[in-house]
Amino acid sequence: MKQNMSTGGKKAWGDTLFRSLTLAFALGILVLFAGILVALWHESLPAIEKFGFSFLTSAAWNPVKDEFGAIIPVVGTLVSTLLAMLIAVPLSIGVALFLAELAPSWMRAPFGTAIELLAAIPSIVYGMWGLFVLAPIMADHVQPWLQTYLGFIPLFSGAPMGIGMLTAGLVLALMILPFIASVTRDVFLMVPKNLKEAAYGMGATTWEVVRDVMIPYGKKGIVGAVFLGMGRALGETMAVTFVIGNAYHLSWSLFAPGNSIASTLANEFTEADSDVYLASLIELGLVLFLMTFIVLGAAQIWLRRSVAGGGK
Amino acid sequence: MKKTILAIAVAAAGLLGAAAPVQAAKVINGAGATFPYPVYAKWAWSYNKETGVRLNYQSIGSGGGIKQIKARTVDFGASDAPMKPEELEKFGLMQWPQIMGGVVPVVHIKGIGAGQLRLSAANLADIFLGKITQWDDPRIKANNPGLNLPHQNITVVHRADGSGTTWIFTNYLSKVSQAWKEQVGNAKSVPWPVGLGGKGNEGVAAFVKKVNGSIGYVEYAYALQNHMASVLLQNRAGNFVAPTSANFQAAAAGADWKHAKGYYMVLTDQPGENSWPITGASFILMYKVQDNPAQAREVLKFFDWAFHHGQKIAESLDYVPMPDTVVKMIEQTWKSTLKDKNGHPVWK
Repeated sequence: MKQNMSTGGKKAWGDTLFRSLTLAFALGILVLFAGILVALWHESLPAIEKFGFSFLTSAAWNPVKDEFGAIIPVVGTLVSTLLAMLIAVPLSIGVALFLAELAPSWMRAPFGTAIELLAAIPSIVYGMWGLFVLAPIMADHVQPWLQTYLGFIPLFSGAPMGIGMLTAGLVLALMILPFIASVTRDVFLMVPKNLKEAAYGMGATTWEVVRDVMIPYGKKGIVGAVFLGMGRALGETMAVTFVIGNAYHLSWSLFAPGNSIASTLANEFTEADSDVYLASLIELGLVLFLMTFIVLGAAQIWLRRSVAGGGK
Repeated sequence: MKKTILAIAVAAAGLLGAAAPVQAAKVINGAGATFPYPVYAKWAWSYNKETGVRLNYQSIGSGGGIKQIKARTVDFGASDAPMKPEELEKFGLMQWPQIMGGVVPVVHIKGIGAGQLRLSAANLADIFLGKITQWDDPRIKANNPGLNLPHQNITVVHRADGSGTTWIFTNYLSKVSQAWKEQVGNAKSVPWPVGLGGKGNEGVAAFVKKVNGSIGYVEYAYALQNHMASVLLQNRAGNFVAPTSANFQAAAAGADWKHAKGYYMVLTDQPGENSWPITGASFILMYKVQDNPAQAREVLKFFDWAFHHGQKIAESLDYVPMPDTVVKMIEQTWKSTLKDKNGHPVWK
């Protein structure tokens, strides 16, 4: 590069090369994206032809009779992700605020690193922890307690086994927490000092500064962090497979076992021996791909609108 | 644990073998069932030490094994469920049983250890159908006079992944229960009426260990190595029998292999005083007409060695070797069925 800069002609040539190279990489992503979409669609054709639109609404999953429908894994994916978001988002924002604003300075670096390290733990370790440590605690303490005090709500009915949707949501929440928390902390750290100090100067309390200055300033970044976590929760495979219970039943109860798209694929791909079975699994993959695409796309559009409109 | 260490050792041995510049080293390629993988891997290791021939076995699942042999990318395929004779005919394949094991129902009920709970075939089926939901159901009590059964919900645990173990287990339930046959059926994964799904034998074992009042089914080796409370099952002769190597062999010996076309024989619900009712064999698949008879002979030599010198290894891993009478029959079949392109037998 240094040599290229010494003469004008070479520099232009180098720049052109660099530009086309990076352009090729960027286009490569698009080609890959389209390629995956086409491949998934093509491989799932036997299932699309056989079941048509009813694949999306049917609750059947019968490998013996070759009848398949996506609704149970789709609902399982959405419910476990929603649970995880409900738990992880407030928790992560709290953690981020503490680290960015409230913690004494000697605490910030070690705590911040510890949270980032959580993201480096392989998901199968979360799964095993969920199964061997969290599930028994859920079965013996948390779920009976919920049942005693909130059992009248259908969500908390049923036998407390410790394995099911609720435990899956909890494990997922823990897995996405480091992603949301560390990005959100960085966003809070970027809030200009003079803005905050102006607010404090006007007599605002810490809570008011957080609510009226820091959160509005960092909104875009926080939403980005939340969707980063959501994308991960939607596609998480191993940890969910360990604790979700892997059963094809729809139930109102969060204690009941269910299934997610990713765990269905992980469980059944190797032994799917009929063509329609295999195609149905690939179609599930396609559905997950589209779901993630729609969620992230909607987030982008919403972000742009709120930034353009609000200006905050 | 033993199996994991072994698998790593075998993998490491394979890597070393690949790195060494041995030009004459013969390699046999196979793929398929995961259930017999530990014993195939240990056989391969011992066989390699004795003969220098290397077996490369990919345990990708029975379905994958069948696909690979059909695509002719491997010398042999392996499957836990036998292929139907007409299907073998269609693809020009032959199969034989290589090794046996048993599927064992295990329970987790406070105060009940291995070999204490007795279940009749009908009760086992009704538990997995969700028709019997409490451990102190009068029908279970009738089999177990004197056993203190708690008033507790039964949690059924089954495999979440498709597996040969499920195929054998549901084959048995389909034989003993008309309701099971009609509502659920016999396959590597089925629409379970009730219960939780665990991934792999280890997943089922873990769920059964964690959930009080649960019942699941695992391969014999897992039940043994994890010290799980196996049940006594009532066999066709009406006896309550325990899952032991001897009782698995009793089921295989009682089976009528001679009249089973293409060795299509499922060892569930076999006659015999001591036969364990949920016994199964794992099968090897090869093409009847071999383009490369020398390579096919190497494959057969390996399995011949395994039949005659591999029993100890199999038993040490809690698998059950095929009885001698059946081995003789199989080697006879090799002679009569496996041919090269000119119609000469590959195995002499």
